[in-house]
Parts: sequence; C-alpha cells; structure tokens
Amino acid sequence: MLQLADTPVQLETAPLSISGLTVSYGEKPAVFSVDMSLRAGAMTAIIGPNGAGKSTLLKAALGVITPLSGRVTAFGAPVAAVRDRIAYVPQRASVDWDFPVRVIDVVMMGLYGQLGLLGRIRGQHKARVMEALDRVGMADFAHRQIGQLSGGQQQRVFLARALAQGADLYLLDEPFAGVDAATEAAIVDVLHGLRAEGNTIAVVHHDLSTVAQYFDDVFLLNTQAVAAGPVATTFTEANLQAAYGGRLPGRPAAALPGAIA
Amino acid sequence: MIWDALLLQLGYNAVLVTLGAATLGIAAGAGGTFLFLRGRALLSDAVSHATLPGVGLAFIAMALLGGDGRNLIGLLTGAAVSAALGLLCVSWLTTRTRLGEDAAIGAVLSVFFGFGIVLLTVIQSLGVGSPAGLESVLLGATAGMVQSEALMLLVAAGLTLGLVLILRRPLTLAAFDPGFATATGRNVARLDLAMMGLVLAVVVVGMKIVGLILIVALLIIPPVTARLWTERVDRVLLLSGLAGGLAGYLGAALSAALRDVPTGPVIVLVSFALFIVSLLAAPRRGVLSAWVRHRAHQRAVHLRQGLLALATGQPIYERLTLRLLRRAGLARADGVATETGKAAAAKAMLDEARWQIVLHDPAHAAAARRYDGLTRLEEVLTPDQLSAVDAALPGPVAVP
Repeated sequence: MLQLADTPVQLETAPLSISGLTVSYGEKPAVFSVDMSLRAGAMTAIIGPNGAGKSTLLKAALGVITPLSGRVTAFGAPVAAVRDRIAYVPQRASVDWDFPVRVIDVVMMGLYGQLGLLGRIRGQHKARVMEALDRVGMADFAHRQIGQLSGGQQQRVFLARALAQGADLYLLDEPFAGVDAATEAAIVDVLHGLRAEGNTIAVVHHDLSTVAQYFDDVFLLNTQAVAAGPVATTFTEANLQAAYGGRLPGRPAAALPGAIA
Repeated sequence: MIWDALLLQLGYNAVLVTLGAATLGIAAGAGGTFLFLRGRALLSDAVSHATLPGVGLAFIAMALLGGDGRNLIGLLTGAAVSAALGLLCVSWLTTRTRLGEDAAIGAVLSVFFGFGIVLLTVIQSLGVGSPAGLESVLLGATAGMVQSEALMLLVAAGLTLGLVLILRRPLTLAAFDPGFATATGRNVARLDLAMMGLVLAVVVVGMKIVGLILIVALLIIPPVTARLWTERVDRVLLLSGLAGGLAGYLGAALSAALRDVPTGPVIVLVSFALFIVSLLAAPRRGVLSAWVRHRAHQRAVHLRQGLLALATGQPIYERLTLRLLRRAGLARADGVATETGKAAAAKAMLDEARWQIVLHDPAHAAAARRYDGLTRLEEVLTPDQLSAVDAALPGPVAVP
C-alpha cells in the first residue's frame, strides 16, 4: 500500500525520523499516522495538495503544535535534546512584519540560543549574522526595518536566521510561496550549497514543475503518507494521482521524468 | 510650588509618592511593552479588574481574623490571587471554548469587577474592621502612604523591572515569531505566563498609587508612545520605561503641588500628553511627518505628470499641477512651457522612454522592480547600463 524508500534509511540515526505521527485540529486528523524519515545529506520535497497537512507535519515534528500521538527523533535523539542542530524556517505570513526589528535583529534571533538570557552580543556574533545575510544576498539591507522589505527579501531574511543557527538539519515551510524568481533562484542556490556541505534539508513545496530540478527525494502526503523515495523512482504520475486524487493540476507529462519509467 | 514638587522639595511624603510613582511608571512601561508587542494589550484590563474581589475577600478574611483589614500586603496578596484566577478564566475560555479572547476578556472583566463591587458594598454594611478608604483601590490614594508601604512598592517595581530585562530576549522572540521560538526550544506558553505574571505584578503594585482602573493606561500608553519613535525592540523597551517613569514622576509631582488633584488620573493624563506629542511629532510614524511625506509625494507626481503633458503638448487641467509648474519656472500661467520647461519636459520624456525599454527587457528585471513613475533611471542604472539602454531607444532622441 505504502511505497517505501528505495534506499534503506537507518532509522536510528536519520536526521529526522517520524513514526506514527497523528495531529488533529478538533476532531479531524490533519495528519494521520505518518511515518517519515529523511535521508542524511539529501534535499527532500514534501508535497501534496492544499490541506494535506504538510506544514502541520513539520510543526508537529518540531513540537510547535502538539501531536495526538507519534514519536519523533532527530539524529537518533529526542528533538528537544538536539534543537541546536535543527533550523526551522516558518511561513513568511506567520509573523507581523510591522514588528519593531531590523533585518540584523531578526537574524540575530538565530543566535539567541547560544547567547542565553544575558550574554553580550560580541563582534563574532555580528560577524556570523553578517555572513549569513551575505550568503542570501541581503547584507546591504542589514539595518532596514523588516516592514520595508519585499516578500522575497523577507523570505531571505528568514533563511539567513536559520543559517546563523549553524544547524545540520534545515526544515523550510513553503519558502518559495509568493517570492520573485530571483529570490527563488537565490534560495535554491543557498540550499544546494548547504546540501553540498553535508546538511539535510526538507522543504514544504508547491510547484510540481521544479521538483525534479531542485530535489533529491520526495515525500508525498495527503493526510496520510502516500509515497516516499528518490525523485527518479517516486515522483511518478501514479503516485501524484494517488496523492492529489482528482485535484492534480493538468500539466504536460514531460514535466515528470519518473512518469516514463 | 510646581518647581518645588518637581525638585522633590515638598516634604517627605510627597517625595516618597513621587519616587514610587516614577518607579512604578518605569516598571509598567517596560512590562507593558511585551504585552503590546504580543498584541494582547487588552488582557491587562482583565487582570486589573479581576483584582477587586480578591481585595474585598482579603479584607473580610483579615478583619474576621482580628487583624487590620487594610494591611497592604494582605490586600495585595488577595488582589494577586484573584487576578491570577481571572487570567486562568480568560485563558481557559480562549483555548477550550469557541470564544475569542476579546469576548473572554469582556466576560471575565465585568463579572469579576461586578463581584468585587458587591463585596465592597457588603463590607461597608458588615461593620467589621475599618473599611473607610477601601474603595481607594479603584482610583488610587497616595495621601496616607507611609514609608514602609512606599519602600515595598519601590522594591516590587524594581524586581519587576529586573525580570523584564532578564527575559527580554525570549519575550521578544515569543512576541515576534512564536513558531520559531517553540522550534528553538522556548516554551511559549510559559513565556506568556511569565509576561502575565509581570503584568499582574505591575497591576498589584500600582493599585495603591493609580488604582486598578487606571493602571491599564500605564501599561499600554507608554509602549504605544515609544513605538512611534523607533523601529527596534530594545529601544521601544527603553523609551517605554522612560515615558512611563516620566509620566509617573511628573504626574505625582503635579498632583502634590496642585493639591486636591488625584495622583493616578494626573499621571495618566501626563502619559497621554506624551503620547499626543509623539503621535504628532514622531519622525517616521508620526502624523505630521506622514502628512509632509504624502504632500511631497503628491507634488512629485503632479510635477512629473505636468512635464509629460508639456512634452506631448497636452493641456494641463489640474490647478495644482499648473501652480507647481509655474512656481518652478517651467510653465507660464496659460500652460505653455517656458524654455527651461521645454528642456525639463524633454528630459522627462527621455526618462520615460528609457524606462519603457527597461520594463520590457527581462535582463533588467531587478531594475524594473524599482519603477514607480518618479524615480529617474539614472539613479537606478550605472552609466554603462544606461548607454546600453539608450542604444535601444527608437529613432532620434530629442535632447536639447
């Protein structure tokens, strides 16, 4: 019923391993009994129709919302024990962009864990923040108020905050939603750079046409897990039909490399 | 008289009250900042009104046990317990029922306050203890303050302020991005609780000086005032504390100097005065500067449109446009361009033609996003890029 990953994943030490995760809003499960395991050093797209529970899955894995049941481990330990190794990029729309902070302050939030309650912000911290901003091409905007940024720029700042954390696992919630093409290319560049350094990345993604181009693995979700594995073997017409049901947007079959196989 | 008060020359009691009010103002301003940034300012109203039944019950309990019913520590403890209960009710109603927080606040606030008023009335008729002056918790009363009370308020306000400073980073994170805060290991529910604890402390401490009805003003107005002046959380916190402290100090001093004027309301009015000044005069978010910027933008738009009309020989109907053009020496009263006007118009036309090329060339996508009909392309592109654009201009370019 459920197509398993082609490459065996070592559940014990996987960067993120979810088993039997169920999340309900009220009495309707948004995510039902989902098992997921991320392959170390790979970039995984989490895809599925609207309301399939993609963002919910990420949030529940991180404890942002409390799941009804299920077990989540990261790098073989409970998530709470390895939070400094996990970077989370929430949806851009989830915060108030009129909040009185500057770009540099937002990115500095990625270092709050290390700074502690009263630790002084030193030159090395500022340097790390500027390096992260530079990596996403926002160094010139460091002292702007965040409300003055465009949507794409806001998304880059969120990514820079995650970079400043210096994590090994990156979880991004729809980083490409409502951003311009230049920003999308810049974000993909940064993510591929992170992957080249051996980091693991999972992205909640909407645009099926770019899946094969950007990602190594896919995880298809529609409340329940539908399929998971490398793009070449798992990103197939049949699996997409199973995930999207009748709601699959019509597009040329050529966009699906796996469809021919 | 007023100068004596401001310089703390009005006697021991006035000095106590003034310093106490200033400290309270600082603590309230700082504590209220995160409440305001979290978008839950109204919650302080529920907290303050929910203290009243606690005050009444504490009085009855202390009087029945044979003590002084007006013992300040006892009253404040009762107030804190009942305010905490009120908070629990609001949070239970919000999370466990379909009621929104606004409705929950309204319900809890009025019920607790009503119950408190009933208790105060019952106490008057009960004939135990000495209830005279108990109703002063509503609007504050500083006249009879003694040193021990003032010192206690000072210490409590100081502790509150210290706690705000220690928790400022996690509170900022929870206010700006609760999801990220949780994902990085902060317990947002507990931080919210800590924030409410701070508010509760301020309300209880402030009851004696400004009273429970008006303490809300000290929690909300200073952060709102501070927000107008800056775009940084740490500065909002600092300025809010300053605004609150200043309001407390000036208000208490004024009411000491003017006599027969209640301290709490004067403090609130001073706080409001600071707010009004800020609302008008703040450099970026203020009303005046917004108006000035709007006018400048309007003029720029009219001038540009006027120049383009001159260049294409269209008549100018807008009186503002014509006036601006005449004042700049670009057009005559009859709407005909002067010599400088002709040159400026041709330049505007050229700029517009250049922009049209940039807007339709995907290679200039980054520059194209800065098109607003006003910015000149020369400010956006390098001279090299500009000459590349000029090369694509159709036909001879009419630059005088």
